[in-house]
Order: sequence, then structure tokens, then C-alpha cells
Amino acid sequence: MFNKFSPSTDVTGQTPPKSSVQRSIRAAILSQCKIGAETLEQVWPKKESLIHVKCRNHISIYTIHGEPLFFQQSDGPIYPTLRLLHKYPFILPRVGIDRGAIRFLLSGANMMCPGLTSAGGYLPPPENALPAGTPVAVFAEGKEHAVAVGITKLGTEEMRKVNKDIGVEIVTHLGDELWNQQTL
Amino acid sequence: MSSETQPEPVQPIEVLYCQVCTFPPEYCEFGSSFTRCKEWLKESHPALYDKYYSDEALQSKLGTLSLEAQAKLEKDTAEKEAKAEKKADAALKKKMASQVSIKRMERNKRKFVTAIHGLEAFDVELKKASKFLAQKFATGASVTKNPQGQDEIVVQGDVAEDVLELIESRTGVFKSVPSANVVIVEEKKKKGE
Repeated sequence: MFNKFSPSTDVTGQTPPKSSVQRSIRAAILSQCKIGAETLEQVWPKKESLIHVKCRNHISIYTIHGEPLFFQQSDGPIYPTLRLLHKYPFILPRVGIDRGAIRFLLSGANMMCPGLTSAGGYLPPPENALPAGTPVAVFAEGKEHAVAVGITKLGTEEMRKVNKDIGVEIVTHLGDELWNQQTL
Repeated sequence: MSSETQPEPVQPIEVLYCQVCTFPPEYCEFGSSFTRCKEWLKESHPALYDKYYSDEALQSKLGTLSLEAQAKLEKDTAEKEAKAEKKADAALKKKMASQVSIKRMERNKRKFVTAIHGLEAFDVELKKASKFLAQKFATGASVTKNPQGQDEIVVQGDVAEDVLELIESRTGVFKSVPSANVVIVEEKKKKGE
């Protein structure tokens, strides 16, 4: 999503949304991410107004004090940015990829099933299986911090069965243009 | 998920980021400036350096990856690094070759505006610079797009010479502009003049 993105050409406007809209965004974040209200309060205090940065391709980025925190494509799920995920790694369910895949991930590739099902990869156990279309934090083998944020294209059990093609679509990864925008 | 079960806010994890490539240091090896990242980490966080780049760490890092794949990865990294360096060199050269042009334009018979173009190549913030100029000359100054779609600073009044002097003195916002690259350009004659 952010392989090509530059604030000068892709940002079309910055506005603070209405407080009722902000409330619904807050509710959406609370229901979609595993983040407590208090923790969210810490990153996004009630008194601070969220700034909605509108970008091309229906991408909205939500920032506070210029720091991107969440983003969304049209009406899709709200994803936390990678920097926020580093601070609170528990807010998204995790999947892992093996070492061989990191290189491709960092150049913006989507994650294929074999990279997730191999010995170095990690998929949640069957009892916590994730359905398709879940935002996930992508961790890498032998690394402590998340390397990307993605959305599952197949259910995790399906990934094990099929073991082919795209398992997790990457929306933002380490070193992409969203990562390079420390402030907007 | 619910707020009742988590009365205390969870403290954020402070993640150290590499000053060179902005990645967490464990991912430096995949960046395009691995050598410099390593140096930086060694200097500023020796303990972490040992954690990531000691012999055992390198051994265990291999993980499930085969030796050949690892070798290929290393080769790729080296190549990438060389490429990035070359690119940075080229960018620097281009920057040094680029020029700042100051142009006097007629606005209304006896009135003039001065357009300054090309400052952004030297990391000058146009908005700040325009404000500075406006204050300096007590006139209006703004950042506008010229017909080619590039940003330039337009100062009201004929201040070309003064601007040249100001930039050459290399004070304040113009610190990074080499004076040799600044030129005053004569406006091309328009039809009928």
C-alpha cells in the first residue's frame, strides 16, 4: 500500500474530524485491535484531537501531533502503524515468517504460505485459528520486533492445508514510505 | 479487549531505532547501509552490538536457513549496500551541480517580483525561508508553484541583489547553500518587448 507514497503528492488534505466521528473511530479501534481503553487513552488522550490525513487511493492516516498512529483504506479495517505496533506488540494477533522471507518482505512482497508454515514461521495453533481478512502483526524468525503489518488472505488453517500462494498480504512494512514518514 | 479487565494502561515498549537506517537494529542487516549501522551500534550501544553480532549470535541466527541461502543473502546485502552508496554519491553530485536561480520578473510596468528557484535541492525549507525573507525585506513573500509545477519562493519587490548577498553570506536558513551555485538570471524577453 505504501510502496509509493510521498506527502507532497499523495496527501490531499489534513482535517480534524468531528468529535462524533472521532468517537466512532475510537470505538472501531477498540473493537478491532486488542488494545485496552486505558492504553489507547495513553497513545491518544481524549483531549487531543485526532488529525485525519486524507491521501490518494482512499487511504486515511490518523495522526496525533503529526505522528501517524492508525491508517485505513476506504472502509477497511483500521491498522496500527508499525511504530505503534512496536510499542504495543500485543494489539494485533501475531504470525511469523522464516528468515528467508524477510528479505522479500522488506522489498514489499506479500507473504506466501510456505514462509509461514515452515519451521521458522509461526501460525497460531488450531484453537486460536484466524479467519481470512484479519489484520495481523508479522514477526520474523529470530527477531524481537514486528517487521510488518498485514492482513490474512486465507484462514490460518487453510494456509496449513493449501500451503501455496499468498497467505498474508502486507499493508505496511519496515522501510516503506509510511515508515519513512516519521511525522506528517 | 474490554476496558474493565485492563484497568491499568500498559506501558509502551521503548524500541531503539538505528540512527542510520531507522530500523530496529536487529533489522539493520537487511538495510542498505549495514556497515555504517554496525559502526553506529558498536559506538553507541556496545552491549547490543555484542548481542547481535558476536560469533554465537551469528551462528544461532542462521536458524533454519541453509548455508547457501545465507551466503546469497550476504552477497545481496553487500550488493545492495554498494548500490545505495553509489546512489547517494550520485545524488550528492547532482545536488552540488544544481543551481539556485534568482529571477526578477515584471509584474505591473514599474513593479517587480523576485522569484528564487532551486533552494529545495539544498535542504532549505521553503516556507521558513520565505518567512525569513519577508521579514528581512519587510515585503510579502510566498511559496508558489511556477508554470513548470516546481515550488519557488516569490518575494515582492526587486530584491534580487539583496537576496543574492543574503544567500552568499550563508547565514540562518541558507547555511547549506554553496554561494558558487547561486546565480541571477535575466528574464527572457517576452514577445513584443
